[in-house]
Amino acid sequence: MTDLILTPNLDNADDFYAGLLAAHDGLDKSASDALNARLVLVLANHIGDSDVLNQAVEAAALRET
Amino acid sequence: MNKIFEVPLYAYERSPDQDAAIAIRHKVIVVGAGPVGLVTAIDLAQQGVPVVVLDDNDKVSFGSRAICFSQRTLDIADRLGAGSPMVDKGVQWNVGKVYFDNRQVYEFNLQPDTGFANPAFINLQQYYFENALVDRVRQLQASGAPIEIRGRNKVEAIGTHDTHVVLEVETPEGPYNVEAEWLIACDGASSPTRRMLGLDFDGRVFEDNFLIADVVMEADLPTERWFWFDPPFNRGQSALLHKQPDNVWRIDLQLGWDIDKEREKRPENVIPRLKAMLGEDVDFDLEWVSVYTFQCRRMERFRHGRVLFAGDSAHQVSPFGALGANTGIQDADNLCWKLKLVLDRKAPELLLDSYSRERVQAADENITKSSRSTDFITPKSQMSRLLRDAVLDLSEHFEFARPLVNSGRLSTPCAYQGSSLSSADALDGPDITRPGSACPDAPLGDEFLLPKLAGKFTLLTIDADAPERIEEDGVEATRLALSVKDDLTLELKRRYLGDAASAVYLIRPDQHVAARRDSYEENAFRQAIRRATGKE
Repeated sequence: MTDLILTPNLDNADDFYAGLLAAHDGLDKSASDALNARLVLVLANHIGDSDVLNQAVEAAALRET
Repeated sequence: MNKIFEVPLYAYERSPDQDAAIAIRHKVIVVGAGPVGLVTAIDLAQQGVPVVVLDDNDKVSFGSRAICFSQRTLDIADRLGAGSPMVDKGVQWNVGKVYFDNRQVYEFNLQPDTGFANPAFINLQQYYFENALVDRVRQLQASGAPIEIRGRNKVEAIGTHDTHVVLEVETPEGPYNVEAEWLIACDGASSPTRRMLGLDFDGRVFEDNFLIADVVMEADLPTERWFWFDPPFNRGQSALLHKQPDNVWRIDLQLGWDIDKEREKRPENVIPRLKAMLGEDVDFDLEWVSVYTFQCRRMERFRHGRVLFAGDSAHQVSPFGALGANTGIQDADNLCWKLKLVLDRKAPELLLDSYSRERVQAADENITKSSRSTDFITPKSQMSRLLRDAVLDLSEHFEFARPLVNSGRLSTPCAYQGSSLSSADALDGPDITRPGSACPDAPLGDEFLLPKLAGKFTLLTIDADAPERIEEDGVEATRLALSVKDDLTLELKRRYLGDAASAVYLIRPDQHVAARRDSYEENAFRQAIRRATGKE
């Protein structure tokens, strides 16, 4: 089983976060929520591996696996 | 009690310039005796350039103000002969703790790397920093160096010309006129020089206020930086606790936008806030309180003919990350060797435009860092806050989220990428020493590398041959011959060679890399010197 990466793995964390905030700029709350939902689905498809995705759902629920 | 910042350190004295029938022309006048103005003056005077500092005050800075000085600043202070009293007096810290709501989410260690003469950071009140610089000015004067500070000399008007500037200066004994070939404005964010010349200063105002309080207390707390997001004692806002020398603690409390600044500064309003943070039974004295509203902005360019801007007069950022004073000191570091070469007619005036370009690049890096920290600390929308809180919640459980937590990105030197002074990289070496970068320190037995690179062009050879000196069009570079064997810890190899077997570096007087190759090649290094002095 592939392990979910829970150590720092972003090339540039600050650039990523600034880009994420910029994507939400000017959106109202429901449009922002919809953006986040689409983003989760896009990333999930990129990951593909269902073991990894299940671990990610656990991590997001703040349960350490 | 007389505090250091209450005693006149450079009291007004009448200058012969005030009795001259025709205005005296100086080589360089620096406006402002803050950290940046003093560093600039010392750097020039050490190189033999006569310099006069005009300050509208006669004391060091009131209150602690800048309190966090970086390794690069200390390396520069060492070059100027003022570093060791700062490090001796300063408080060293490496550990930071981050709190969210009522719990610690994680802690970090700033510099696990070793092999540097100076610590990553020290905390030191600005008045001690300035005091060490004033002491150094006095030392230089005693040894006959051409440096002078004129207290209570306030510049009231500036006339600019192609070859000089004319200043009208107000003193307790009335006004006088004085001239300078070059004027360096280090007169702070509200720079009167900038205003008198009608120059722009544009950017983004952040709608927030911070209460900055210095308290004196005998607290049994470790020497660490503690940062709170949304703590119970300052709901919806942030807080910072940081130790300074003499049992002085810096406390920053975010207040939000819609407040009455004067009211918030009153002790009867400050003390209950501090008690809520420190505990009802903690004894403390309030040393200094200020309310701070900040902007992130810069001038379009830092050179305007014969007037050069350095420090906060040229750029301003938020207080997170200790970017202000540290960056200003690097401005001075970048400027002074260039001005010296121009004054000696060994480089064209054009070289001073590279000061503006390189330091604008540094200012933009800081403005980006500072704006991002502010967006994290003070989320501007509901979603921004949700994402921020998600990062903090995850950071308590998972290491991956910690690099996303942004309570300030600490000052690092700018690596002048793409600078016209740098030659193309011709070494398959480490990224941290590619052309444009500030040289990292490295141990050499009982000594360190940086003091050997001070204030002149250097050909640093590591296991490579090169002449002991070369001179190109009046500019000299002298060799520093090293071997990887000089550093048994292998930091020199790791920082300057990487996988390469040998290297030759051309290093500028401000300890930034101008060029590097695996071996010495005469034409390449002569051309590199020309580029680094604005001749190509």
